[in-house]
Amino acid sequence: MSADAGSVTKAVPAVKAEQSLGSRLAQWVSGGAVRVFLIVVGLFWLVPTVGLLLASLRSPEDMAADGWWHVFTEPSQLTFGAYETLLENDDITGSLLNTAYITVPATVLVVVIGSLAGYAFAWMEFPGRDWWFLAVVGLLVVPVQVALIPIAELFGALGIFGSLTGVILFHVGFGLPFAVFLLRNFFAEIPKELLEAARLDGAGELRLFVRVVMPLAGPAIAALGIFQFLWVWNDMLVALIFTDSGSQPITVALQTQVRQFGNNIDVLAPGAFISMVVPLVVFFAFQRQFVSGVMAGAVK
Amino acid sequence: MASDTTAGAPTAAPAAPRSRKSVTGTRRTVAALFLLPALVLLGALVVYPIGYSVVRSFYDQSGDSFAGIDNYRALFTDDGIRTALKNNVIWVVFAPTIATALGLVFAVLTERVRWGTAFKLVVFMPMAISMLAAGIIFRLVYDQDPDKGVANAVWVGVHDTFAQSSAFPKAHPGRESPLEPAGGGAFVTKGTVSAGDTVTLPLVGVAPDAMPDDAAPAAAPKPEGDRITGSTWQDFTRGKGVGALNQVDASELGYAGMRIEAVKDGAVVETATAASDGTFSFSSKADGAHLRLPASNFKEPYNGLDWLGPSLVTPAIIGSYIWMWAGFAMVLIAAGLAGMPRELLEAARVDGANEWQVFRRVTVPLLAPVLAVVTVTLMINVLKVFDLVFIIAPGSSQDDANVLALELYRKGFASDQPGIASAIAVFLLLLVIPVMWFNVRRLRREVRR
Repeated sequence: MSADAGSVTKAVPAVKAEQSLGSRLAQWVSGGAVRVFLIVVGLFWLVPTVGLLLASLRSPEDMAADGWWHVFTEPSQLTFGAYETLLENDDITGSLLNTAYITVPATVLVVVIGSLAGYAFAWMEFPGRDWWFLAVVGLLVVPVQVALIPIAELFGALGIFGSLTGVILFHVGFGLPFAVFLLRNFFAEIPKELLEAARLDGAGELRLFVRVVMPLAGPAIAALGIFQFLWVWNDMLVALIFTDSGSQPITVALQTQVRQFGNNIDVLAPGAFISMVVPLVVFFAFQRQFVSGVMAGAVK
Repeated sequence: MASDTTAGAPTAAPAAPRSRKSVTGTRRTVAALFLLPALVLLGALVVYPIGYSVVRSFYDQSGDSFAGIDNYRALFTDDGIRTALKNNVIWVVFAPTIATALGLVFAVLTERVRWGTAFKLVVFMPMAISMLAAGIIFRLVYDQDPDKGVANAVWVGVHDTFAQSSAFPKAHPGRESPLEPAGGGAFVTKGTVSAGDTVTLPLVGVAPDAMPDDAAPAAAPKPEGDRITGSTWQDFTRGKGVGALNQVDASELGYAGMRIEAVKDGAVVETATAASDGTFSFSSKADGAHLRLPASNFKEPYNGLDWLGPSLVTPAIIGSYIWMWAGFAMVLIAAGLAGMPRELLEAARVDGANEWQVFRRVTVPLLAPVLAVVTVTLMINVLKVFDLVFIIAPGSSQDDANVLALELYRKGFASDQPGIASAIAVFLLLLVIPVMWFNVRRLRREVRR
């Protein structure tokens, strides 16, 4: 309430002076109530993650005995033991590498292919252009589940079922509608004069695209790249179907441990945190771009 | 149809090239080259599967013979799919609306505190992590054991604050006890008591560390005029055994706080509570009564809710979904709020509207379009929810937590019924088609600018 009260006083200076002691008291109390409410909610949102973090920093024996909150009374329980064990496990480190091998190409390809198509939809002339674009937009909401069985058979026939190539292709396919949508809309905002001038200077389309459009597209590409990166990094379902034990990413490797949840907390808790480190770093480093990606992707 | 629009003019050879037409001539081939990679991938990986699924859904499980609508009939007859459908309805009704409502409340309230940004960051953060990680996080939160799962730890804590927990679980009469079971977990004296009597009510079986903190060494009852005095205590000491059977030994502890009722003809005439040394006394009104230790003394300690059991598993998982996605709603709504004309709110306040009225009559109506977009987006998202259910629901209640996306996976990849799985896929697709249509219409207007 305080912020709004401030703007009210600016607009109508008389109001504050006229407020009775009672109404100011009421405002102070409700402001306090808002703070308490938000703090409680904030705790609700933090505690689950903090709980898993502390659980990952205790020994399996301690975890079997009681809850993670006991580290507050016995801080000596904290240990990196579970992380050390986990990082010596070749399955886990291998699957972490696989996650990177899948995520980086799938992100780069979506950005490159999406930019090319987005540029064509924004600035080139060809028959039925807007209809093609609307068709792509229509594909935004197609659930990935629709493609699982057909693509499994297709990849089987092509011999790429279970390979990194297959998963990457799948993620590129389902990342493209959003990429084309976002980039086309961004490119369409580029001032026409800029492109005209370059064209008059004799620049071809490719040159125009590389030298003029792409350098301007930083914010859109950042938003798209971060979105796609997180989406692929965090994916479990697609990888669950299209990878095998040699190509599985960290999400699938951890998923196989969940069935024995009670006994495996010393693998699952640190594993989940290791898998979360990269998305969280990306999230905190690129909050603004992430938010603009989320805004643009509100239809996905 | 776009060719009839004023801008763009994407006809084959526009006579009067407008706006975006430029001097380079190789338009079509170059355009094709720019578009080719995207269209080929989209065609092969998104469009083709849609067609394939539609066709496949009309063939039997082996894919050899045409099955008509059998697979679609299974959507309504197969128990697994019916549970999934029912749960999907619950998901679609509750998850998006609660997440949006919370997002709205958070967005409005964070404007009023200086650390609003920090709060937003905390609530938005779960969006960045995988559903798998969120699943593991909540699997631990919902652990049944209140000593491990924080949900039950809090719940039991709250419960025990309001409902008295019993102090003596598992206490029961020992050998040659004057007490006998009275049904329902209570114990009652075999005989009646009379004025001036002293009574001993020994029990055994309470774990030493479960004894009340204020339990003192038990004292033998002393006669007190025509009052009925007694003592109730643990007739057992760890390492020393029973000692003198049914008699107070020095090392034995009183049942501090044990409640005792004097019962005559089925009615309670008087109640007493044992002191820390286990002693208690009744007035002469209790003459001729049986003494009863009511069952409330011996209840098992409250163990919390079975969050991941059959009845609560879906709401519990929806809770974790809301944890992940309320931040999304909050951020979009906050952006909508930031773009709202402040003068309107201020005008309403100046007109004497209180904060609630401003919120209800001005803020919410102005935000309606944003709220609609957020809710619809979450609805589509909810239809596809898979990972959270797959990870959080333990094997024993996964059938009860089933949703369509999970059932599709099970039918298609675990039980080898691709026909039915394809029918589920087509059904999911049909559910999102209205949104697809809405998106295209909204954009068609923009494209025509």
